Parts: sequence; C-alpha cells; structure tokens
Amino acid sequence: MVTILFDGIAYGMLLFVLACGLSVTLGVMNFINLAHGAFAMAGGYATVVLVNRLGVPFFAALPLAFVVPAAIGVLLERTLYRHLYARSHLDQVLFTIGLTFMAVAATDYLAGSQQVFVKIPQALEGRFDLAGVGIGKYRLMIIVICGLLTLGLQYALTRTTFGSRLRAAVDDPRTAQGMGIHVNAVFAVTFAVGSGLAGLGGALGAEILGLDPHFPLKFMIYFLIVVAVGGTSSITGPFLAAILLGICDVGGKYYLPKLGAFVIYTIMIVVLILRPQGLFSRAQGR
Amino acid sequence: MSTAPGIVAIALADRLAQRARWQPVEIVFWAAAAASVFLLPGKHIILAEIAILALFALSLDLILGYAGIISLGHAAFFGFGAYCAGLLAQHHLIDEPVLALAVSGLAAAALGFATSFLVLRGSDLTRLMVTLGVALMLREIANRFDALTGGADGLQGITIAPVLGRFAFDITGHAAYVYALAVTFLLFLAARRLVHSPFGLSLRSVKGNPLRAAAIGISVNARLVAIYTVAAGYAGIAGALLTQISAFCSLDVFSFDRSADLLLVLIIGGTGYLYGGLIGAVLFKLMQDWLATMTPQYWQFWIGLVLVAIVLVGRQRMAGWLYCARGLVPDMLRRR
Repeated sequence: MVTILFDGIAYGMLLFVLACGLSVTLGVMNFINLAHGAFAMAGGYATVVLVNRLGVPFFAALPLAFVVPAAIGVLLERTLYRHLYARSHLDQVLFTIGLTFMAVAATDYLAGSQQVFVKIPQALEGRFDLAGVGIGKYRLMIIVICGLLTLGLQYALTRTTFGSRLRAAVDDPRTAQGMGIHVNAVFAVTFAVGSGLAGLGGALGAEILGLDPHFPLKFMIYFLIVVAVGGTSSITGPFLAAILLGICDVGGKYYLPKLGAFVIYTIMIVVLILRPQGLFSRAQGR
Repeated sequence: MSTAPGIVAIALADRLAQRARWQPVEIVFWAAAAASVFLLPGKHIILAEIAILALFALSLDLILGYAGIISLGHAAFFGFGAYCAGLLAQHHLIDEPVLALAVSGLAAAALGFATSFLVLRGSDLTRLMVTLGVALMLREIANRFDALTGGADGLQGITIAPVLGRFAFDITGHAAYVYALAVTFLLFLAARRLVHSPFGLSLRSVKGNPLRAAAIGISVNARLVAIYTVAAGYAGIAGALLTQISAFCSLDVFSFDRSADLLLVLIIGGTGYLYGGLIGAVLFKLMQDWLATMTPQYWQFWIGLVLVAIVLVGRQRMAGWLYCARGLVPDMLRRR
C-alpha cells in the first residue's frame, strides 16, 4: 500500500518535471506546444547515447540530458516557434504535431524503433526495506532529484528577480512589457529551461516510462492532463496535479489491472465536470 | 422608415441565397467523381478509400471549419462507427449494410452527443485534452474487452452481405467504390443543406465571436452540441464504411495518427467550405501513396514536414494565393 503510494509519488514527480515546461509555455505565451514530449525524448536518447555508447557515468550524463534539449529548445524557439505566438491555436497545434511527427520518424531512422534502456548504476538497482516498506532505490533517487528540482523552481519563481519577471509576464504580458520587462527574452530562457527539464525527465524516466520513438505521442495525453488539471498560473497546481495523476495511475494499474488505464481518464472527466478551469487554477480571463 | 433596413435585409438574403445556389464548378466536381467510376476501373480500391477519407474530413470540417472546435481525437467516432458496423455484421444482428451503416452512424452520434458536454467546457487546451482522451479511452476499451472486440487482433471473420441484397463486395472494389461514393455524396448534400441553413449561419457567427453570438440571442452551447453530434454521426458512418468495405476492423481505427492525418487533410484542402475535406482527401491520399512508395518506413517525417511548412507559410497566405489566382481558379475555391 505504502509502496504503491511511494511509486505513485515517484511517477508523479517525474510527470511534473516532464510537464512543467509545457505549463509555463502555455501560461506565458498562451502557446500550445504538443511537441513538448519530443524534447523529453531528446534528453532520453542523449542519455542513452552517452551512457551506453560512450560510457559516460550516469550522473555525469544527467546534466547533459538537460543541456542538449535546452539547446535544441532555444534554437527552435528563436528560429521557428516565435513566429507562431500570435497565431491561432489551430496553427500552433498543427505546427507542433508536425514537429512531433518529424521527431518520431527521425528518431526511428537514427535509433531504430525498438525500446531502448539506459544502463543505470548497480548502486541504484533493487529495493531495500524501510520499516516494512519496500522502497526502490531508483525511485527514491527520482523523488530526491525531482523534489530538489521542484524546490529549486519554486525558489527561483518566488524569490528571484527573474522569477518575479516571469510571474509578471504570466499574469499580463502586455503590462509586463510596458514595465520594461523583456518578455521575449524571459520567454526564451523559460522555454529553454522547460525543454531542458523535459529532457532531464526523459532521461530519468527512461527506466520507468520506457523510451522508444513513439514516446512524445504516448505521453502527450499525460502532459495535457497535468497542465489542464493543474492550471497554468503557478507551478504548485501542475505539481499537485502530477502527483495526483501519478498516484492514481500506479494505484489504478495495481488494484484494478483490468481497468487500470481508465482511472486517469475517469479523473480527467470528473475534474472537468466539477472544475472546467482546472483543479487548482485561479479564475482568469484567458 | 423601415425601408432602409428592409433593403439591406433583402440584399443580404439575396447574397446568402446566391451562396447556397449550386455553382457550375460544383457540378463539374461531382460529375468528375461519377466519371471516375467508369474511367478508372483499376483504381477503385484506393478511390473508395479516398471517398471514405473525404467523408471523414467533411465531418471534421463541420466542427472545425464551421464551429471552430479543434479536435485531436476525431478518430474516436470513426472508430466507434467502425466497431459498431463490424459487430453488427459479425453477430448477424443487421445484415443489410445500408441499415447497419445508419445504425452505426446513429450510435456514433449518440456518443458524440454524450461527449459534447465535456468538449463545451473550458478552453482550447481542455478541448484538446478531452478529444484526445476520449479517443484513447475508446481504444483502451476496444483493447481490453477482447472477448467482444478481438483486442489487438481486431475483428476478424466479418462477412458483409451484398448492398441492398444485390451488389456484393468483391476484390475489384467496384461495388465498394460506388457504395462509398454514393454515401459520401448523399451525406455531402445533407451537409451542404445544413451549412447554408439559418442553423449553419448561426454556427458561423458562434465561431466568429461566441460572446456576440450569445448577445444576439443564439444559444451557443445548444448549437455546438448539435453540430458536434452531427459531425460525430458523419465520422461514425465513415468508419462503418471502412469496416464494411475492408471486412476488417482493428484498433488502428482509433489511433492518434488518424486524427492528426485528418487535420492535415483538412488543412491541405482548406477549412470552412465543404469541398476542403474532399479536395484535401484526394491530395492527401495521392501524397501518402507517393511518399509510402518512396520511403515505406519514414513517410510520417514528410507528413510532419508538410504540416510545419503549411503553417509557416501561412494558411491565410495560401488562401490569398488562391484568391489572386481567382481568374484561373473558379469562384468556388475561395475561402468564404
């Protein structure tokens, strides 16, 4: 029981790290980026190449799993994405689906269509017992890393100047621009960090979620649920939504193996009926 | 005193009536479609697929082009219709294909009605999530209840009775194409009537500005529910056609790729006028066929590239080119 809770939290934290970039993109620029999963996949595959082929230690590869997608993110943001901020949601959806398809096919071409695994260090394999509760070492590491990241993000958002600028830009981009905040620059940085975090999530999650070229499509619905249920006005909302989703998904698959996958859809529908604007979002005009 | 507004109203009614009238180019379009039955006998299998895709795209156009709802999971209704038709035939509940088609369409419409209330809520993002979620959920249901649906193997061993007790489906696809084309044409007529009716016009105003539409007394939600239901029915019939023609139905009918490809079909052809889906379907199938022969495994990459390119070039601008080429391209093709 507690083990399932534990696994659920690990899963949820992973989802949060994967999806938080999406929630910021959506909150700041009102931009729907369905290609977000492709950045996560880039991070995952970067780790696979580094660890399995080049023999880089796992923990040394993680920062690179952040840097590579972040760099790709900046590049794409500056060259392609920024033309689409003012466009309709339909255009954004079409564009990012197109990017996702290209990423899927390109990964398939470069790495093959089979599932790949990251070689994790021996020290992280297996479980240990803590007060009668079986705890997976790898999952514990995920909770620690993602927990630290979440605290770091929360700190950066609420205590730093950059965080204030970002929050101002989220609340009202036009006024923020008028106050002398470079909304575009703030956004480019945020986009890069969001992509990087997705990549890190992809690297950490390869073990749990599985990594193959169809990753961006498979997990698109999870990202959308996290963001739509959690709202885009803070990171607490998506965080709680991700934890809830993680626990329910793991619990559902364990207790109701036959109906497990429906649990998250049921939650999605119930939340939508009760709170159409998202579970934790403030009422806002957008 | 009331003459001035009266004249405006009459002029407006005239314009609307003019738009609803059949244009020569429309007649040419359907005449060409009918001629293909006789002129391209070797291509009937792919032509039948095109007709089904066209009907499916027409259905998406009804909600995307006329009501402005972005859907990432329109395959939900397509698949639902497909499985309905498959199950009806497999268990010999309704052997007559035309009747089974109608029943499948109604079933899909009922599903559309039920889910439309979820789609109405929230923003574009929530709509994306819900439409995608519904399609995934149905796929999962079809996968899990394998006693009924055959799970990942799909529905096998379906035998479809001859249409109207007379025209049997065979390997040449003649009956299949004529059947699919006839159904698509009839449903097109109905859709054409629908979008030019006061109901269709009110939908356009809802798409333009829901707030103002509500202010002039249009019950926005009721209209959206209605069109979503109709579109779901259309998609269900398209799916049922596919099952009947191929005598097979698998989980693939619910796939995300199908919904995404459908968006591409509609974007190629143009949204917001009924021929967009039809023209898009022809172009898409030709393109897909060509790409699949070139790179059997990675054609999805090129589909993605086409999507990206179309968006970057700008749909408005492309419509503008058409507008410029109006002397050559008939009036009909203008996006109105």
